[in-house]
Amino acid sequence: MSDADTYARVRQNPKFHELVKKRTRLAVTLSVIVLGSYYAFMMVVAFAPGILRTPLSQGSNLTVGVPVGAAIIVVSWLLTGLYSHFANGEFEELNKDVVREVLE
Amino acid sequence: MKRILPILLALAVPTAALAGPGDLGGSEKQPINVTAIAMFFAFVMGTLGITYWASKRTKSASDFYTAGGGITGFQNGLAIAGDYMSAATLLGLSSMVFATGFDGFIYTISFFVGWPIILFLLAERLRNLGRYTFADIASYRLDQSKVRTFAAMGSLTVVCFYLIVQMVGAGQLIKLLFGLDYAVAVIIVGVLMVVYVTFGGMIATTWVQIIKACLLLGGGVLLCALALSKFGFSLENVAAKAVESHKAGVKIMGPGTMLADPVSAVSLSLGLVFGTAALPHILMRFFTVPNAKEARKSVFVASGFIGFFFLIVCILGLAAVSIVGTDPQFFEGGKVGGKLLGGGNMPVMHLAKALGGDIFLGFLSAVAFATILAVVSGLALAGASAIAHDIYARVIRKGHATEAEEMRVSKLSSLVLGVVAVILGIMFEKQNVAFLVGLTFGIAASANFPVLFLSMYWRGLTTKGALWGGIAGLVSAVTCVVLSKAVWVVVLNNPAPIFPYEHPALFSMTLAFLVTIVVSKLDGSETAKAEKALFDDQYVRAQTGIGAASASNH
Repeated sequence: MSDADTYARVRQNPKFHELVKKRTRLAVTLSVIVLGSYYAFMMVVAFAPGILRTPLSQGSNLTVGVPVGAAIIVVSWLLTGLYSHFANGEFEELNKDVVREVLE
Repeated sequence: MKRILPILLALAVPTAALAGPGDLGGSEKQPINVTAIAMFFAFVMGTLGITYWASKRTKSASDFYTAGGGITGFQNGLAIAGDYMSAATLLGLSSMVFATGFDGFIYTISFFVGWPIILFLLAERLRNLGRYTFADIASYRLDQSKVRTFAAMGSLTVVCFYLIVQMVGAGQLIKLLFGLDYAVAVIIVGVLMVVYVTFGGMIATTWVQIIKACLLLGGGVLLCALALSKFGFSLENVAAKAVESHKAGVKIMGPGTMLADPVSAVSLSLGLVFGTAALPHILMRFFTVPNAKEARKSVFVASGFIGFFFLIVCILGLAAVSIVGTDPQFFEGGKVGGKLLGGGNMPVMHLAKALGGDIFLGFLSAVAFATILAVVSGLALAGASAIAHDIYARVIRKGHATEAEEMRVSKLSSLVLGVVAVILGIMFEKQNVAFLVGLTFGIAASANFPVLFLSMYWRGLTTKGALWGGIAGLVSAVTCVVLSKAVWVVVLNNPAPIFPYEHPALFSMTLAFLVTIVVSKLDGSETAKAEKALFDDQYVRAQTGIGAASASNH
């Protein structure tokens, strides 16, 4: 069986479309969250830096910007974990099913 | 635009920060640092041992380029982190925080955000479609010869500019820390790079990167713990002392004026996020793992280490404000608040000396040097694969070259790249490398990224569109940088810049996308139709990995 035939059969497999749909939806959602929060942060830096300069509590030298900035790094990283969890778990199983059904 | 230059200098991934005005470039040779040299030799001996071991395992072209695809996700994650956490992230970002406080932190965040995006949008498709170089992906359905030639040229341009930056940074760092001559330092780096790459290929390069990543992480954590112990392990105390000691006072805890211009902020962040996603030596790391699953795992691991390390670097910078910033022994002539010994990028090195004495300073210097070696090896390998795999094997020999021939060309290419890197490194000793870094990122984000991204995501891409768009991105990025302040005013001594921003990505990357799309749309030829039709098959392979180059084929 040539590659082209295999690929055509994959496209006819409903599980393939389910896989693509689910994985794309997750990837796009997470990208929007990461880029959205990052660019929102950058816009606050550019247009309303005062917000980030507010002290965390009265008399504190740490400002709101510190936990917010750290959160962008930590949350983005946790989201890579979330994506890997689904893509390497549920979606990978679905992917294996597709490959098995098509190649057998 | 004055505020943009320091940004570029500090951001300038590997070592631009090392080459800022009055920084390392102007530094005096230091007295020989015996501890540092001893540790440096221990490291070099260790890595040469690994290279010898790896050379026994490097038999096929696949071993040479991608370690036979046999690196695990975790190992690759560490190696990617090793590639990305350069000497400049340790020195440059910590000194940014030391000098400007929160603004340095903003940079750190911008540096990081590209990684999750690479995972969500690129990693699995890269692994499923590529074999040795990212040109494999664009040439899946486009005209191989044309697209590969263009992609290889783009890669080589990026690699060469990046190599210059690294070599200049290495030379200056070694001159400063080890008391060696600049030229001697550059030649040592060049020779070691060629040895690692020609004998050990990707296996040796990967392990050098892994070891270096561990050393850097370990050193960073230890230094951070030592620093925090001075403040009762309270971040609040670190901040309080920093605010008390810094001349800007409480202002360092919030955004300053550095990124107040939204156009620059956006342009800069676009260049960083998408430039990172199109650097040939970073992309190449996705082909060293056996499948997409391990590729995803590697980005998860890599971004964990990178994010963690970046946060530590920020704490180090903040801690250095009160520890280094108030200690006369670290200032020229003992004048607190004057010029730092060794230049503006040295706070973290001084911090190491203040907290751990000469031994820690020596250790950290050796690690900083190891970092440069790891990065140049990755670059040399990416350049060699562009020449040998894309141009020689695929374009010149049209796929008829044997593996042995291709590997011979690779090794020869890395030797040539080593010689070129040393020559350029010496030639550019006194050059302000900021514009080279601007170029590197501009070219990667403008010439490589749009072609790579559209070939994965857009059915309508044609060979003509990819070529015209890529060339438009390349030329406009170069032009913008040349007409910007960093080159037009600083290097060419003109009174005012023609292009008002320092970072071109917002303009050149947009132009590249536009031209690619418009030319592709206008291309109604039969070949264009065939190329579009092939997208369906490529799409299945990108999503499922069916037909992708598997792990070791021996």
